Amino acid sequence: MAVEQTDAQLVSRCRDGDPDAWNEFVERFSRYVYAICGRGFRLPQPDAEDVFQEVFSRAFERLGELRNDDAVRPWLAQLTRRLSIDRLRLNARDNPSEPELDEQEADDVLATLDDAMTVRAALDKVGDPCREILDRFFCRDESYRAIGDVLDIPAGTIASRISRCLEKVRAELDGRSRASRPS
Amino acid sequence: MKIEMNEFDEERIGRLLRLLPPAPEGWVRAAQELPAARAVLDELVARAEQDAAFRLQLRADLERAIAAAGYDPSPFIVSRLRRLLEAV
Repeated sequence: MAVEQTDAQLVSRCRDGDPDAWNEFVERFSRYVYAICGRGFRLPQPDAEDVFQEVFSRAFERLGELRNDDAVRPWLAQLTRRLSIDRLRLNARDNPSEPELDEQEADDVLATLDDAMTVRAALDKVGDPCREILDRFFCRDESYRAIGDVLDIPAGTIASRISRCLEKVRAELDGRSRASRPS
Repeated sequence: MKIEMNEFDEERIGRLLRLLPPAPEGWVRAAQELPAARAVLDELVARAEQDAAFRLQLRADLERAIAAAGYDPSPFIVSRLRRLLEAV
């Protein structure tokens, strides 16, 4: 199993100019930023794309200013939140009939997405083949047959594999929870 | 209210995973190419600041001027440069 780097380790590599680190950084957080724009603030696709690029552009410029490398996830969430709200306000100014933003509702979605990222990090820790099977099934909405074809495994065994992989992710999350609980 | 991590069950794990589909491939690629794109932008802006003729070419037809300067006029480069040129 590949050893997954912590967020802090990845940020540190980015700051040191490791050419592969930035690609990994974008790969790791792209879903999160995308989900905040889309699910959290319901930005139309062209606006979401602008905000998405602006978030990574600012992150690239300002990663050196981050005081706590472990806090990169909430830092990105706040950056995406702020830029999304700016975009919605700009749109509302141009088009006053736009429905008003419910910030509380958006923040509730952001909290849920933060939980989703915690699960995602646990899935990354579990690694392949579970990561690929669960990603295809839950995140890419692929059928058992499509997953079986791509991974060359019988479609009839996919459901049980998904179930076993979910148990592994849960065990990983339980382990993290125990490790972070004071003894 | 935030739910404690040990309250994740398999059903909830699946529901949460569904909330994070991959971002469009082109968006991810453009973000990954940011370091290289920024270097190109720095060069183009520096040249525009020093070369009035080049500045005029950029203002007349941004994409063509970028290509003529030997760079790929990707949508990201074009939109960023348009914004940066407002300040030049």
